[in-house]
Amino acid sequence: MPFIPHTEEDISAMLASIGAATIDDLFDEIPPSLISAGLKQVPPGMNEMDVTRLMLERAEADGRYLNFIGAGAYEHHIPAAVWQITTRGEFYSSYTPYQAEASQGTLQLLYEYQTMMASLMGMDVSNASMYDGASALAEAALMAVRSHKSSRRILIPATVHPIYRRVVRAIVANQGIDVIELPYSQQSGQTLLDALVEFGKEEFAALVIPQPNFFGVLEDVDALTDWAHGKNALAIGVVNPTALAVLTPPGEWGEKGADIAVGEGQPLGIPLSSGGPYFGFMACKQTLVRQMPGRIIGRTTDQEGKPGFVLTLQAREQHIRRSKATSNICTNQGLMVTAATIYMALVGPEGLRRIATQSHANTLTLVEKLEGVAGIKRAFNGPVFHEAVISLPAPAEDVLDRLKTERILGGLNLRDFYPELGNAMLVCATETKTSGDLENYAERLKKAING
Amino acid sequence: MLIFEHSRSGRRNYSQSPLTPTPTTGIPEKLLRKAPPLLPEVSEMDAVRHYTRLSQKNFSIDTQFYPLGSCTMKYNPRACNSLAMLPQFLARHPRAPESTGQGFLACMYELQEILKDVTGMAGVSLTPMAGAQGELIGIAMIRAYHESRGDTARTEIIVPDAAHGTNPATAVMCGYKVVEIATDKEGDVDMDALRAAVGPQTAGLMLTNPSTLGVFEKNVAEMSKVVHQAGGLLYYDGANLNAILGKVKPGDMGFDVIHINLHKTFSTPHGGGGPGSAPVGVAERLLPFMPVPIVTMEQGKYRWLTEKDIPQSIGRLSAHMGNAGVLLRAYIYVRLLGAEGMHRVAEFAALNANYLMAELSKVGFEIAYPTRRASHEFIVTLKDLKEKTGVNAMNVAKRLLDKGYHAPTTYFPLLVPECLLIEPAETESKETLDAFVASMKEILEEARTQPELVKNAPHTTPVRKLDDVRAARELDLVWKPA
Repeated sequence: MPFIPHTEEDISAMLASIGAATIDDLFDEIPPSLISAGLKQVPPGMNEMDVTRLMLERAEADGRYLNFIGAGAYEHHIPAAVWQITTRGEFYSSYTPYQAEASQGTLQLLYEYQTMMASLMGMDVSNASMYDGASALAEAALMAVRSHKSSRRILIPATVHPIYRRVVRAIVANQGIDVIELPYSQQSGQTLLDALVEFGKEEFAALVIPQPNFFGVLEDVDALTDWAHGKNALAIGVVNPTALAVLTPPGEWGEKGADIAVGEGQPLGIPLSSGGPYFGFMACKQTLVRQMPGRIIGRTTDQEGKPGFVLTLQAREQHIRRSKATSNICTNQGLMVTAATIYMALVGPEGLRRIATQSHANTLTLVEKLEGVAGIKRAFNGPVFHEAVISLPAPAEDVLDRLKTERILGGLNLRDFYPELGNAMLVCATETKTSGDLENYAERLKKAING
Repeated sequence: MLIFEHSRSGRRNYSQSPLTPTPTTGIPEKLLRKAPPLLPEVSEMDAVRHYTRLSQKNFSIDTQFYPLGSCTMKYNPRACNSLAMLPQFLARHPRAPESTGQGFLACMYELQEILKDVTGMAGVSLTPMAGAQGELIGIAMIRAYHESRGDTARTEIIVPDAAHGTNPATAVMCGYKVVEIATDKEGDVDMDALRAAVGPQTAGLMLTNPSTLGVFEKNVAEMSKVVHQAGGLLYYDGANLNAILGKVKPGDMGFDVIHINLHKTFSTPHGGGGPGSAPVGVAERLLPFMPVPIVTMEQGKYRWLTEKDIPQSIGRLSAHMGNAGVLLRAYIYVRLLGAEGMHRVAEFAALNANYLMAELSKVGFEIAYPTRRASHEFIVTLKDLKEKTGVNAMNVAKRLLDKGYHAPTTYFPLLVPECLLIEPAETESKETLDAFVASMKEILEEARTQPELVKNAPHTTPVRKLDDVRAARELDLVWKPA
């Protein structure tokens, strides 16, 4: 019996202690009509060797590709130590650290994470993580509405990741919150500052500001932040953490800084793995800390005065407040944050900066090479960070299909998300790409377009 | 010592980033960061040593018995981790074409089919990333269903008072008013209270069965009838599915929607508080509202179903498809167990729980519902002990840490005074349970003879009892250099 240690002798002794004749007797309070007839879709069990063979076959079927897709999930090198330590049983198989004295490892690590993340964002405080970037943005929107009190409108530029916008809608849909989309300039790829006046006529709770935006384009974050504050609304930054090794952090945007910063933590040591598990991060100004959802770790002392760490501000949470909680969330993505913390400690401030600038340089080199191919041009003239939209002279789906046969994933086709851009794709070359990879890609793309 | 206190300005790990710096070409000066972030500057060995040492300050399933009620802390097979981390699985980009992920998608499709069978539901979506998100989506589907029928007068969700806190919090997030109903003295939902609570305003009932009191709701069929007759739907909180896995299917009990905590019943790791994963299953009438994406198979090829295929879908919960790697671990677990192994899970979870309940009762602990069978967990109440010795449930929990056991769940459910909710899980041996009983007996003795020893516990953990009040009053959430 897999993972069940009982011997026949154990079973008899245990039943005797209970005073039951058989194991079936233990289910005698369940009405017999409810006992199921069996599991027909569940195959017979296999041993570890056979399951290994099966999974190797499945993995092999997926193969390996040279990947130039970013779009919210980025392929970066992950130091070997990150996952070797993260999957130690003491991190991997422990529970949420409610029993603080038995969880100081996880709690101290999360406190270190909060410190690193708050600093990276230029914010006062950080929570211990959210599910992913998209749901973190939804929670930030709810947080803004809670603290604003008089408005339930949220302004989100169309340059924010299209799926994030859908997730925000799905999560806030039943709370009477209006999500309004702001247009972008088809020249620069930036949110249209001129159009803001129209949207600011009615009160709103928050403006979401992406940096870089979904197109890889850098927004005028200072102007956007100041405009939101001028309208008595909060500014929510949605940012790439790697980029912030180089870019002004949200806490320093405009005159007063953004109020909340969220985003996808995956670039910090989390493998692409078909989209998850990743983790979302959330940092904010001190004044908003009691409105922040999710786990928060605090440093305190024990009865002998020794420093130690606990879950704190639990009075906000569902297990205490029930229907009056700030959110129904009860977990974070503990293990992913463990990996991200170890990643940030291993690369350090200069390492993260080099990873960011090398990724940026690789993308610029790639774009330059591609612009040498007839009919290809950059879609926008706004400045970018490590990702860019390319206009193609042929349908993106055809070009990408041809590249795929050469084992290259050439980028993300934007047809479904932004049909107005025509034959366009989003490309990204991180530090993992060599100059040979970039050359190879440009060559194959040329062939794919010229037939 | 914090990692920052190991940091020295200028120390670097040369092998963990590009060897030469590159310029920030094309980025306007005003968008550039002025001062570097406060990340540690430590050697690779410093970092490895620091985090390895931190790990050693944790209790975990791999090192301790973890009888944490309602959390199903069973063994997490190592193969589930290593096979989910095969290089091809890790390297696959979430927006890569479906044709480059047929192996992965096959696993996801089969997992959906297996979960449909296990729960007795008509459809399963794997996207929710935690139990609370599964709940949110489940209640959102109930709402979408009523609204699609123009039935907008339904404003209330009924929740038993023993429910997890997430249930009422979720109902509120979906715009509903929460109506709490009482539990009778046998631990079942009070049927008269339920009958009085339902009406044309009832959108649905959220139920955990077996309940958090560790007993199977005997009247579940009748409850289902009462709620359905009033026009409401039934939500099954799968927190305790481990107790009935392979024995009873929630679909057969009349539930319309269910979430399954893979990090409990399907043995994916708790990871120090996530990532979880909570697929939702639905009955026929809720199929049009399921969250996307869902995997389908057409002519032997797998592809995603999206908003185009399910136009009334309540939408998306995550940027991609939920916690894919956790889903893979659950898939590997079910292939290792198979149908037969799955039946065994509930049987041995029940055997261990009922045995532990019997043995603890024999050494003098008071069982909260002594006339009932334990499901996969049960409740001990220390009300009497507290009155006589001043030792409370939290003290006993902390003293267990000294004895090398993780504490049971304390003070939940709220309706049993001084309670310990104990769930041993099926993967523990009789010897482990016997040793735990012996330690509990010792603590009982200590409470009577040297109560201060128990009240001041823990004594052997890396830190002693921590000051929660100070933590909340003098907030210290980030480290600042001196």
